[in-house]
Amino acid sequence: MSVVLVPRSSALAAFRQRMDAVTIRIGVLLLVAWLFIIIALPLWALLSKGFENSSGAFVGLDNFVTYFSTPTLFNSVFNSFWVALLATAIVIPLAFGYAYALTRSCMPFKGLFYAIALLPLFAPSLLSAISLIYLFGNQGVLKTLLFGHTIYGPLGIVIAQVFYCFPHALIILMTALALADARLYEVADALGTKPSRVFRTVTLPGAKYGLVNAAFVVFTLVITDFGIAKVIGGQFNVLATDAYKQVVGQQNFSMGAVVGMILLVPAVVAFAIDRVVQRRQVALLSARAVPLQPKQQGLRDAAMTAYVACLAVLIIGVLGTAVWASFIVYWPYNLALTLKNYDFGTFDAAGWSPYFNSIKMAALTALIGTATIFTGAYLVEKTRANSIGRSIAHLLAMLPVAVPGLVLGLGYVFFFNAKWNPLNIFYGTMLVLVVNSIAHFYTVAHITALTALKQIDPEFESVSASLKVSIWRTFRRVTVPICMPAIFDIAIYMFVNALTTVSAVIFLYSPSTKLASVAIVHMDEAGFTAGAAAMATLILVTALAAKLLHLALNRLFFFRAQAWRTR
Amino acid sequence: MEASIGWSATESDTNARSSFLRVRNLVKRFGNFTALDDVSLDVLEGEFVCFLGPSGCGKTTLLRAIAGLDPQNEGTIELGGRDVSKLPPSARDFGIVFQSYALFPNLTVADNVGYGLVNQRKSRAEIAARTQELLTLVGLADQQKKYPVQLSGGQQQRVALARAIATSPSLLLLDEPLSALDARVRIRLRDEIKDLQRRLGVTTIMVTHDQEEALAMANRIVVMNHGVIEQINTPNQVYRKPATAFVADFVGSMTFFDATITETKALRVDGLELKCGAHPFAAGTAVRVGFRPEEVQVRNVTANAANRIVTHVTSLDFLGSFCRAKLKPQSVSNITILADFSANLMRDLNVAEGQEMIVALPPESLHIFARP
Repeated sequence: MSVVLVPRSSALAAFRQRMDAVTIRIGVLLLVAWLFIIIALPLWALLSKGFENSSGAFVGLDNFVTYFSTPTLFNSVFNSFWVALLATAIVIPLAFGYAYALTRSCMPFKGLFYAIALLPLFAPSLLSAISLIYLFGNQGVLKTLLFGHTIYGPLGIVIAQVFYCFPHALIILMTALALADARLYEVADALGTKPSRVFRTVTLPGAKYGLVNAAFVVFTLVITDFGIAKVIGGQFNVLATDAYKQVVGQQNFSMGAVVGMILLVPAVVAFAIDRVVQRRQVALLSARAVPLQPKQQGLRDAAMTAYVACLAVLIIGVLGTAVWASFIVYWPYNLALTLKNYDFGTFDAAGWSPYFNSIKMAALTALIGTATIFTGAYLVEKTRANSIGRSIAHLLAMLPVAVPGLVLGLGYVFFFNAKWNPLNIFYGTMLVLVVNSIAHFYTVAHITALTALKQIDPEFESVSASLKVSIWRTFRRVTVPICMPAIFDIAIYMFVNALTTVSAVIFLYSPSTKLASVAIVHMDEAGFTAGAAAMATLILVTALAAKLLHLALNRLFFFRAQAWRTR
Repeated sequence: MEASIGWSATESDTNARSSFLRVRNLVKRFGNFTALDDVSLDVLEGEFVCFLGPSGCGKTTLLRAIAGLDPQNEGTIELGGRDVSKLPPSARDFGIVFQSYALFPNLTVADNVGYGLVNQRKSRAEIAARTQELLTLVGLADQQKKYPVQLSGGQQQRVALARAIATSPSLLLLDEPLSALDARVRIRLRDEIKDLQRRLGVTTIMVTHDQEEALAMANRIVVMNHGVIEQINTPNQVYRKPATAFVADFVGSMTFFDATITETKALRVDGLELKCGAHPFAAGTAVRVGFRPEEVQVRNVTANAANRIVTHVTSLDFLGSFCRAKLKPQSVSNITILADFSANLMRDLNVAEGQEMIVALPPESLHIFARP
């Protein structure tokens, strides 16, 4: 590094590096402030609201005493708990079998069956509930199969939740089962081990973390999901619908906050257990492990195919029922096809506008969310200044995964609706809906970005400094292009989830920003089930189209632009 | 160098005993790639055989075919007089140790070692006793309750070894068992495995790409390349009488020159006339001739010694216990002879770069191979 070699540009370079240091510091501070506003403060608003009365005075545990001494309220805790437990107990084995077949057998059409299983992710949770009403409801075509039991209540909730949660459990279990050390199976085989013992001592322990994780994710999803309980719950009260009734129906914010805090418990417990298990899971798969390649076994593969095909047909059947019913004149008496159910103006004054609101909201969430989350992750992972600020930012970014949408939505109501808050001018605007969705789905996107960034050589920033190039130029010219696939993944994840979410936004919309998922709830409430099915179908189709576009772009664009990835 | 070659069975010794493992005409293909091309091999009872070769030579494929983990496309395998060609691994009676240890991470050391014994429906007390015995054998008796991640690499590999021999298999297969370990541990465990094998008398096959490991451990070495066996012999013979130029180059180091046979016991390398030992080539044949750096004779080179060459030292590389010198003959300038000088010799002769040096290449140490 001879000074003589760089006489003129050194002053400029020094200035540039000082500018970098300043912009990075400002960036980290902005990130922390932003995360405080969109995550920490709304949660704080929720927590403090639980200890206040309706006029805002601190009342200690009074609200909790009231809640737990009112049987009609307290009963919901019990209801939610056993429904969630039952749904989890059904989903996990079903999804494990499906994941096992897709990862460990040589069954045909794995990609197709995987895609089918993921379909419920692209629709609002209540789509499966609407389908169940068409099948088993008062006018249900298969009602006789229930032998006098009613689908409106716990039975309907559990079945609908099983469909809704299946892909969530499947993705986690697929990841858990996909990676396995072939050598362990070979050793077990060489030692003459029976398949059942191999399964017990090698397969299950390897997937243990995934099983625990999936069980908690499903339990939390079920207990905090609002849409299904609302549509098919009937008179059966659960926590999620209670929160809605307290806040929207009775304007009893304090009691709503109490319910919200109760809903936070399983998610926080799940988050804590996940951390502990993850720490103990280290190095189950060593660097020298050889990935397991499934071998053909005629009988097993055939059985697996049959099992997977059965479930796939059920999934398509349930989703398909709602889609089909949305085109029917009068279910089940006049099965002629019609488009009149898509004339939403006849059911709801808002007409088609909720659909376009949803698209706008989802697009803005994807755009703003991806840009801020990725830049934030870059600041956290790749810069060295303000390590306390970066740690706080990372901690806040990891928080939303433990916060159910319904709880976050409540927090937003309490925070953005508060009289003392200058930000309350945004309440009811599209902006709050977008920001809420960004916060809601922050963690997964943040982790995706971090994972992509961690794969890049950590010395890029040092190299750019030594070459006297601004760090932001390296960010734009190298980091972002390399991470483009991850950035697209984040964008599509944000878009699809923002499109299908119900629980958070149900508290936050105003008449001018009503969303499609909210319109579904309203149409169903008003008895226009066909209209609700039509709107849900529309969301499903839109989300699927976005996903297909993503896949096509990936194939077209990254096949060549990411040529450096292939050796 | 010779001193470290160690155990060596003579050929008459190996022929006297009966063949325990018989591999005949084995062929294994992966798509268009032929990993094993008509391989035949006999391993004697109680013998320690090393499959040696560069990566991709088929040595691991051969081991996995013998284990039944990757069944062969053609050919037969007999184990103890029993045709096991079509049997699954569990019916073949062998223990196996992998480079990656492959210990069950969720089981304790004791449970790992006892894993195969449970399959044999042994009583709990029997399993405990046998596990204890084996762990004592590999020097880990006090680590029973630990989990694999809590052990060092060398300890993990000892556990894997104990697990492989727990069920007293008649054949022990070792797939690069030492490659994942650091140099010092590797040499210690190398001696331990050899010692254990001799005490138990279990027929053992080890795959390795490390020639020093193979020379030090094996009774016989099977040198492989491109899916075929290049040579099967004792370490001593493989080193001293490499069957092909590949073997000569892969085992130990050797300098090669293009040469032409001039008469029955003489050849010419670039104007350098050399005497050599007996060979099957006719006069005028183009051949490859090679010799090992340590066989260059420096002391006591008499005026009428065979293959006496006046050279000067062009460079010296210090390699610890010896120096590798580059020597240029004065008569022909465009060939370089590599020679290893011991520290003793360096001191006694005060060797330095640029110095003149009279050396001899003993005719019997010249290895002559067909030109490919």
